[in-house]
Amino acid sequence: FTVWPYCLKRCSYCNFNKYIPRSDNQDVMLECLQRETETLLKLSQVSRITSVFFGGGTPSLARPSTIAAVLQTVTRHAGLSEEAEVTLEVNPTPVGSSKLEDFLHAGVNRFSIGVQVRLRLVVLGRDHNSQHALQTVAEARRLCPGRVSVDVMFGRPGQSVASWELELDELLSVCDDHVSLYQLTLERGTQLFRQVQKGQLSVPSDDITAVMYDSARRILQKRGYLQYEVSNFARNGAISQHNMSYWKASQYLGVGPGAHGRFVPRGEGDVCREARTQTLEPDVWLREVQQRSHGTRRRIPLTHLGLLEEVLVMGLRLIDGITHQHWQLFSPRADLYQILSSSSEVQDLQQTGLLILDDRGLRCSWQGLALLDSMLPTLLLLLEAYITQGLDNNSDSLQL
Amino acid sequence: MGEARTQFFTTPATAGNSSSLSPGSISETADYGLYLAPFFLNTHLPSAHGSSSCLSIIMSIRSPHSCRAFIRHIVCRTRTNGLSPIPNFGSIAQFTIPAISGLSILTKCGLLCIFVSGSMLVHYHIHTHGSHKYSSHCLVFTGAIATTDKNKQVLDKLQVERERGITVKAQTASLFYKYQGQTYLLNLIDTPGHVDFSYEVSRSISACQGVLLIVDANQGIQAQTVANFYLAFEAQLTIIPVINKIDLKNADPERVEKQIEKVFDIPTEECIRISAKLGTNVEQVLQEVVKRLPPPTFKKEDPFKALVFDSNFDHYRGVVANIALFGGYLSKGDRIISAYLGKSYEVNELGLLRPDEHPTDRLYAGQVGYVIAGMKEVKEAQIGDTLYHQKHLVEAFPGFKPAKAMVFAGMYPMDQSDYSALRSAVEKLTLNDSSVTVQRDSSLALGAGWRLGFLGLLHMEVFNQRLEQEYNASVIVTAPTVPYKAILSSAKLIKEHGKEEITIVNPAQFPDRSVVKEYLEPMVMGTIITPDDYIGKIMSICLNRRAVQKNMVYIDDHRVMMKYLFPLNEIVVDFYDLLKSMSSGYASFDYEDAGYQAAHVIKMDILLNGKPVEELTTIVHKDRAYSAGKAMCERLQDAIPRQMFEIAVQAAIGSKVIARETIKAYKKNVLAKCYGGDITRKMKLLKKQAEGKKKMRYVGTVQVPKDAFINVLKRKDK
Repeated sequence: FTVWPYCLKRCSYCNFNKYIPRSDNQDVMLECLQRETETLLKLSQVSRITSVFFGGGTPSLARPSTIAAVLQTVTRHAGLSEEAEVTLEVNPTPVGSSKLEDFLHAGVNRFSIGVQVRLRLVVLGRDHNSQHALQTVAEARRLCPGRVSVDVMFGRPGQSVASWELELDELLSVCDDHVSLYQLTLERGTQLFRQVQKGQLSVPSDDITAVMYDSARRILQKRGYLQYEVSNFARNGAISQHNMSYWKASQYLGVGPGAHGRFVPRGEGDVCREARTQTLEPDVWLREVQQRSHGTRRRIPLTHLGLLEEVLVMGLRLIDGITHQHWQLFSPRADLYQILSSSSEVQDLQQTGLLILDDRGLRCSWQGLALLDSMLPTLLLLLEAYITQGLDNNSDSLQL
Repeated sequence: MGEARTQFFTTPATAGNSSSLSPGSISETADYGLYLAPFFLNTHLPSAHGSSSCLSIIMSIRSPHSCRAFIRHIVCRTRTNGLSPIPNFGSIAQFTIPAISGLSILTKCGLLCIFVSGSMLVHYHIHTHGSHKYSSHCLVFTGAIATTDKNKQVLDKLQVERERGITVKAQTASLFYKYQGQTYLLNLIDTPGHVDFSYEVSRSISACQGVLLIVDANQGIQAQTVANFYLAFEAQLTIIPVINKIDLKNADPERVEKQIEKVFDIPTEECIRISAKLGTNVEQVLQEVVKRLPPPTFKKEDPFKALVFDSNFDHYRGVVANIALFGGYLSKGDRIISAYLGKSYEVNELGLLRPDEHPTDRLYAGQVGYVIAGMKEVKEAQIGDTLYHQKHLVEAFPGFKPAKAMVFAGMYPMDQSDYSALRSAVEKLTLNDSSVTVQRDSSLALGAGWRLGFLGLLHMEVFNQRLEQEYNASVIVTAPTVPYKAILSSAKLIKEHGKEEITIVNPAQFPDRSVVKEYLEPMVMGTIITPDDYIGKIMSICLNRRAVQKNMVYIDDHRVMMKYLFPLNEIVVDFYDLLKSMSSGYASFDYEDAGYQAAHVIKMDILLNGKPVEELTTIVHKDRAYSAGKAMCERLQDAIPRQMFEIAVQAAIGSKVIARETIKAYKKNVLAKCYGGDITRKMKLLKKQAEGKKKMRYVGTVQVPKDAFINVLKRKDK
């Protein structure tokens, strides 16, 4: 019945482990995850789930039975198709890798592994070393051949272009068919941020990370990984369904402390998509779920414009961009040509070969993808101007 | 540090039958404790009952501590002498009213005017020596003069005065001094006295006969002393040198006396050594004032003639003009005319100032007071203007000229939504300061604002500081510029302008070389006094600033006084800061207007990818174009964020590029990380950037954030 695939995302352990390290809490945690899943599924009146992603902190620290129970809840209240992608984020600890098989039996069919080989792990504060990482990747590949994703990170303190290229090359020789390429971002409040602020550590400059990104894209391409999104590369068609629906602005539920979701709460009779955030602190979230069956902290109804903005921002991260058909699903009246083609700025971007607007749709060029964030403000302003001019003011009812 | 000029009009009165007025004047200037105080003892006013004398004293103070201590002493003395204390207005009334009816009692009255002023130097002194000390002195000083509420309010209000130790708005007060059986009514007028305001001071000096030259016994003659000395000297006034702060540990009055002899050619024995703080010899100064200054020449029988030396705006009563009477008398209901505008007014109210207003029915020659006559704008009561009776046309005081702006700066609200609030603040401030010229201006980058003209740098700083402190206005002030002139050669343009010589305030109006015979730039004569250790460094910065040395003399064993002719443009931005820092604060600097001089000035454009940025166009001297252009390009390179394409930042004269910097294109601007939780935050950030883009100024395709303009145009913080 449902037109769009739904996803379920869980961010539970992210903070949980910090606050409640005792394993006897896992029972309460499980109960609450199940309750919240049930509540939100009912609220969304969703009938089919196409992907589940267990992410956040270190979900591989959870008991496989917890994962299994949550998946059972999903199946009970909505359809979970046979082909549904069920991904588990794995931190390559010795404990984690030995449990992988149990997770597989619990219903997980895809692993996403944060790996750093030969790295200055002290800097990143992670508790695993390269040996464990390699073992974990090997084990995951044995269990789920062709369905293992490996995270690689560039822009770390002390990294040079040469060392990065070498490192990536080495990594790719053990990788499976999916790679997520991340740049280390300094987040305020982290130890790393403070160390960089104090000058104890230095991260590569923007010019250097630009070269790193570029060389990573080339190396990945050479090794047969096709880029399908700013940070994601796949070989042999191993594109992540969950990722794709996310970039395509599909609806998804967020379950667990600090999780985010985007869906229409049809159970309340609404037709508007809402941006929802679950309570961040695990103990507060637990209490809320026990009391109210959910820990939704914030609900912001997305306006028509707000939704289109997300479609634009997320869609342009894809190598294929936004097709006219895809855009029309969200904006039946105002097409991309109408909104963008008369702008001289867009024309400039097209002329300089950064942006492409043609019969297929709107997308970035290879070069343009790396500059997306500079183009978005221009595009967002044009979109806003077009929509608020009242040329498309009647389409709220068409929201999904 | 404050600088003050004090003008006294004193009228020694021999009981009952003396009616001569003798204006005299004490002037005290002290930069770091060096003072110049012109003293003027004026005429004899014969009257039916004998003679009266009137003393006018101008005090020009650079060290408000000393000057104010000095004044306080005068005030205290007059009190302890058992003479009528200042606030005792009743006694003035008793004296003046019979005098008005032609009786001799007037002869017991005198006037004392004090002009306190400040300078750029002041600012620094305060910073190095502590403003608390100054502030407390200032308050004590006012307390000594009069503790009226109004007075307190005025002083409290002008935070800038307390901070900088300068006087921005004049204060006037009266007191008595008794000498050899005669009582003098002294009117103190406290006015600005920095070189920026030298015009006002020169007007005051023109009304006086003598000067007290007050020099700090520790620091000796400073540049400001010299400037003030010449103002008095050129006005042919009697000069009494006073060496203050002899109580200080490092005081060396002998050395200072020798400096005075060398620089001003005044015999050492004429100097009076005092300590205003302890009161040593202060009495002697007053006695010397009375003894040395010639008696004044004006009389109440003459036609009414008064000098406007200050004006204020009062929301309820309109303009309140402070005047000094140089002849005749003025009564309520009289019709008077201002010489400059020729407009006629009816006197609604008049009175004495002590310093609060005390209405009387009449004011007489030799007195200082206020008058309210239905003037609606301070521009109608310009400083230096002459007032006369409608029926008796008199010759106006010489040398009057309307305020001439020497330094211009753009002023814009930080946020355009504050425009009307800022406009009202600017209006209120200019109500009280007719010397600020205001012209509406708008900049593509900074929005709507004004181009303001000031008498000088201090004047500008004071104005801005008052705006920020008193009106809590957050403003962007652009780097100051000077008014250039062009002698036109094109007959068409001459016809258009109605004259051959035009003044250029805004670079946008700069006429092309092809239609100009000659460009002129404003010059100033700068005086620098410095320990000789720094001569080399100072000469080299002066040379860099296109200055021409005119003179150099040793004023004592290791202090040098140098005179340089500077283009004003070269000193308006940071010269003084540089001088101070390279001389460890020891060098002092002052300047005076030196007219205009032909100069090879050119218009320099700033280009971004070949497109000119209107608001960054500047007028520079040919020899300075390269360094100015390079500096501007460098500042812009730092201020403009990298964009998707390379940006050439160029300085050009006509079509010739003289400097270039490149802002490289960035190669990557995309967050290579974007998972669930991030989207809301990411959207917010993008929306914010999109909003910012709306306000962005575009030069061609280059986005220039407002901050970049602010960074480039703003005066650098000290």
